Amino acid sequence: MTTFTPMARALPARRLGLAGHEQAHGVLPLAAFDGREGRRRLIAEVTAAGLRGRGGGGFPTARKLAAVRGRRPIVVANGCEGDPLSSKDRTLLGLAPHLVLDGIQLAAHAVAATEAVLCLHEGSRARASVEGALAERRADPVPVRIVDVPPRYVASEESALVHYLTTGDARPTGKEPRPAERGVDRRPTLVDNVDTLAQLALIARQGAGTYRRTRMDLVTINGAVRQAGVLEVPPETTAAELIGYAGGPARPVQAVLMGGYGGTWLPWTAATAAGPAVGAAPGIASMHVLPASACGLAFTAKVLTHLADESARQCGPCMFGLPAIAADLTGLVAGDRHTLGRLERRLPLVTGRGACAHPDGAVRLAASALRVFGQDVTAHLRERRCTAHYGGSR
Amino acid sequence: MTKSRTLLRIDPIGCRAHGLCAEGLPELIHLDEWGYPVLRGDEVPPSLVAEARRAAAACPTLAMRLRRDPAGQ
Repeated sequence: MTTFTPMARALPARRLGLAGHEQAHGVLPLAAFDGREGRRRLIAEVTAAGLRGRGGGGFPTARKLAAVRGRRPIVVANGCEGDPLSSKDRTLLGLAPHLVLDGIQLAAHAVAATEAVLCLHEGSRARASVEGALAERRADPVPVRIVDVPPRYVASEESALVHYLTTGDARPTGKEPRPAERGVDRRPTLVDNVDTLAQLALIARQGAGTYRRTRMDLVTINGAVRQAGVLEVPPETTAAELIGYAGGPARPVQAVLMGGYGGTWLPWTAATAAGPAVGAAPGIASMHVLPASACGLAFTAKVLTHLADESARQCGPCMFGLPAIAADLTGLVAGDRHTLGRLERRLPLVTGRGACAHPDGAVRLAASALRVFGQDVTAHLRERRCTAHYGGSR
Repeated sequence: MTKSRTLLRIDPIGCRAHGLCAEGLPELIHLDEWGYPVLRGDEVPPSLVAEARRAAAACPTLAMRLRRDPAGQ
């Protein structure tokens, strides 16, 4: 296994206060992008850097910046990180709060916003770090307010955040209208993940060319590895390399879950054979490593039960579909033969029918589990147990 | 030159599974096991536009919507 120490880029080893941050990165380069022309140059730089949203959606950030037009725009920084398999955002806010706050200032400048909100889940451990950093900053042109968001999974979905900030109801409202056109209090709104904003702060300092050549991604790795945590790795890093950087496997590995609770299972053989780069996987930058001793189906059944509980219960296919699919998976693990046919009928019916992507992710996970743990499906139905020791991995 | 199309959409939050849409437009809509509409594509052929309008007007929560998509868009 490679021994690899990620270069200190966005993530320092210890929390940086303002002085340390400016020593590491230089001062906030707002003056370099002065005026309307500078604004255009900043967005052009983000386009050239190829930055995409790091909150799971992967949408080109420059296009989001350019879409915000109209009276009194507002910037919403999303630091909620609702996925239990991700901790990169709170790690970033804990160690490099000033990089995120720089990104907020730059984004606000790019869209001509005069106000910004940083959303954290209620009780977030990152709050003290962010408050401390805000108290240190005196020269910021745009005031930043911290807002506590209910710690529910879908509350940090883009439209749910906008809805919460406008009405106090943290449920998604659907794809239309786009926040850029009509967001918080009907104002043009930019919603960006905090990791995305930190990357924006790096791009503004390094320029698109250097950023592209030396880009690193924050990735959460957990499960059966020796050192679970958040790593900063090149985007072309494979699953096998990532496990190497995390100290190697703690136990023999069976499969990896890429992309968090709404992600996709990958058999370990596929992950090792020059497998897909971590930076190219859809969903949030997270990898969970499942040991050979755990049952992937039982694990997935538990996750589906959690996702069903976390539904905002607004859209029928999510409100009824997810509990039914979770119950089917639980039944499958217990050896109920009727579940497989139902799953095959139900899984393709849910995708795209909710106001947000919550049910789509849940279904993607369940479908990939049936594919990757196909032998276990047979074993569970035939012998009411699988090749792995029954009981899940967590 | 393409003619303008009529697109069919269901507002998933507004829908309360009354099922009148599937009754009025069975060619394009059927119901899942919980009574919520599943669309067979999102475009309404010209021959069904009148029925689709009636079905949309019959929806008690007005969750079924038709939208004109002008040519070239």
